[in-house]
Amino acid sequence: MKGATCYKNDLENLRATELTLRPPGIDVEEVIRSASIATKCKKRALSEKKETDENEQATEPVAKAQIVGWPPIRAYRMNSFRSRKSLVVDDNNGGIYVKVSMDGVPYLRKIDLKIYEGYEELWRALEDMFKCSSLVPVNYDEPKYAITYEDKDGDWMLVGDVPWEMFISSCKRMRIMKGCEARGQSSSA
Amino acid sequence: MREEASEMSEDEEAGGAKERWAPDLGGGGEGGGSAVPFSDRVLEIVLENVLQFLTSRRDRNAASLVCRSWYRAEAQTRRDLFIGNCYAVAPRRATERFRGVRSIVLKGKPRFADFSLVPYGWGAHFSSWLFAMAPVYPWLERICLKRMTIADDDLSRIAHSFPLFKDLTLICCDGFSTVGLAIIADKCRHLRVLDLIEDYLEDEDDDEVVDWISRFPETTTSLESLVFDCVAGAFNFEALEALVARSPGLRRLRVNHHVTLEQLRRLMARAPQLTHLGTGAFRSGSVGAEAELDLTSSFAASKSLVCLSGFREVEPEYLPAIYLVCANLTSLNFSFANLTAEELKPVIQHCRNLRTFWVLDTVGDEGLLAVSQACRDLRELRVFPLDATEDSEGSVSDIGLQAISEGCRKLQSILYFCQQMTNAAVIAMSKNCPDLVVFRLCIMGRHRPDRITGEPMDEGFGAIVMNCKKLTRLSVSGLLTDKALAYIGKYGKLVRTLSVAFAGNSDLGLRYVLEGCSGLQKLEIRDSPFSDSALLCGVHHYYNMRFLWMNSCKLSMRGCKDVAERLPNLIVEVITDGTTNDAEEVERLYMYRSLEGPRNDAPPFVKIL
Repeated sequence: MKGATCYKNDLENLRATELTLRPPGIDVEEVIRSASIATKCKKRALSEKKETDENEQATEPVAKAQIVGWPPIRAYRMNSFRSRKSLVVDDNNGGIYVKVSMDGVPYLRKIDLKIYEGYEELWRALEDMFKCSSLVPVNYDEPKYAITYEDKDGDWMLVGDVPWEMFISSCKRMRIMKGCEARGQSSSA
Repeated sequence: MREEASEMSEDEEAGGAKERWAPDLGGGGEGGGSAVPFSDRVLEIVLENVLQFLTSRRDRNAASLVCRSWYRAEAQTRRDLFIGNCYAVAPRRATERFRGVRSIVLKGKPRFADFSLVPYGWGAHFSSWLFAMAPVYPWLERICLKRMTIADDDLSRIAHSFPLFKDLTLICCDGFSTVGLAIIADKCRHLRVLDLIEDYLEDEDDDEVVDWISRFPETTTSLESLVFDCVAGAFNFEALEALVARSPGLRRLRVNHHVTLEQLRRLMARAPQLTHLGTGAFRSGSVGAEAELDLTSSFAASKSLVCLSGFREVEPEYLPAIYLVCANLTSLNFSFANLTAEELKPVIQHCRNLRTFWVLDTVGDEGLLAVSQACRDLRELRVFPLDATEDSEGSVSDIGLQAISEGCRKLQSILYFCQQMTNAAVIAMSKNCPDLVVFRLCIMGRHRPDRITGEPMDEGFGAIVMNCKKLTRLSVSGLLTDKALAYIGKYGKLVRTLSVAFAGNSDLGLRYVLEGCSGLQKLEIRDSPFSDSALLCGVHHYYNMRFLWMNSCKLSMRGCKDVAERLPNLIVEVITDGTTNDAEEVERLYMYRSLEGPRNDAPPFVKIL
């Protein structure tokens, strides 16, 4: 995947403290590009990616980032096929279903946290789910969105802080917020 | 795909109550008898009785402009109110002018809202209209909304305000849930039509979902049409079956994907008089070996079926059951059915009388060839992509389009998604199908040229506007230069709705369109290099249009403000992040004429200039 993930300088430390869609340490730019080619690339462990990144930078072409609203197909139609693809045999009575809302999108989604193995997969799924609804392009200095969740105590937390298992057992619902609001929240904490 | 729904999706006659830009005569609300001599009043009553026979909007608009007396008479007798842009006129103004309305059609958000280009909360709330109508239209029978937000409270209000209410049609609406539907089912005892078409219901937890189907009264109902394929939740099937059984007038039924074939059979047994059937999924509910399912006799008994849709999780081995009705079908919607050409062919060969056909591109050019050979009477074709991404393989191409043009000479409307196209095929269609009214071609890869020659697609679209003399709606795509837009401006005199994406080289392109297309009413542009000076070229025409939408072009605040200053009755909305300096690039622009001035329900991200 394009975009090196290993910055070995202060920049990384600075970025690590910023609110992003990812756990600390992952470049936002890579996130956007990887979202656009997520459908083509197989999943890989994070460490494996870091090794192969430098090799592939020169050779792999970047797929076109998906543009909002193109091709012009109604979300109703797109969702009909997407939900069918993920129609696994639903005899799991242990699924952890949470609602996900995103600022700027007229409908909520519901996802089963149990089917993801970690934050990595969750980010991909969310980006895939909402990619057609993202409002603005990337601005690396001021990330536009932050993913938050409501935990058992009713508090709104930033997704990615706690270990995955702890997260899925305490998450009740999720909300993808505009970056400015999220920043406001964290500064008042 | 109701036939009436085509009135909503295609462009109808010009403008609502404000077709020509005439000043408001008599200030609206003059009821009969205020200062009108008795003899004139008699003449007016005679006129009213005559005008009742006038149903076309355009005719009524013309009649209302003859003189004050005709204006009053027309206002008294208009039964069907059509508002093409809910913000063009205030609810109060409409209700004060038209006192005897029985049916209202309201359209809200711009069409690009369907493609996530209009943020949540933009507007188009039905509640303000309902608030104005409830007290003054006690005889209201029909509400039809497209792209509006309607809340459960609004549905409740409808149920309680209009005792004769008969018809609720919601298309691409949002804001409501099964809670509101239950109230409608329960309280609207004269309900004939409940059509929910591609709406986004509010998300509900499993324990929040209401079994609204069970809320219909226990007695015989007057239901004629029940469409709810977009209501995704599960429901009580027995309640539906019982409802169908006690609705002798039911002609149209479209269920959601939870209904299995076994259940469908039961429904069809209860309603053999159906004319329009939406099958939901078209899969068997039995797991394992193919269950013995005598579906054929069900379809054999449904002698009135003319329209079939659904087929969302189609199991092709059951398709032969429908062969018996195919000969009578005028409309078939396979656009959610993942079928190959081989699976389609045996079905389509039976459909000799098909007028409307919607299909997925999985059938490929080969499938379309079969369509072209079987459906000689086809009037409308829509080919949707299974994989709606730019880099997808693409299963249909210019070959399919060419085949259709050769076989379906009476074609009037086409929507075609593909990855590859040639000018030659488009030119062929322009010559073979002179009756084309709607031509929408979407080459999904942006800026893609002619597959064979590598040229822009200018000549193809040029031929369409040149040869299709009845064309009123056009959507363009592929690699297009200003030349294509020049053709459109020169020959597209009847074009009312135009969609432009990733096209043109310079301001000239937009200028050609704005100066040439004298009948233009709805213009949508995205990602094209048009700047402020091009925008100014339309100032002479914007009052004649319903709206202009532009996103990701080269407009600035200064340019948009300029237009706003020149045209005081034009509402210029900019969807913004909050910055308002003049040099700032405008990402999204939505402009529309209005009698009211800036709306007071604009959210923070909308700036009205």
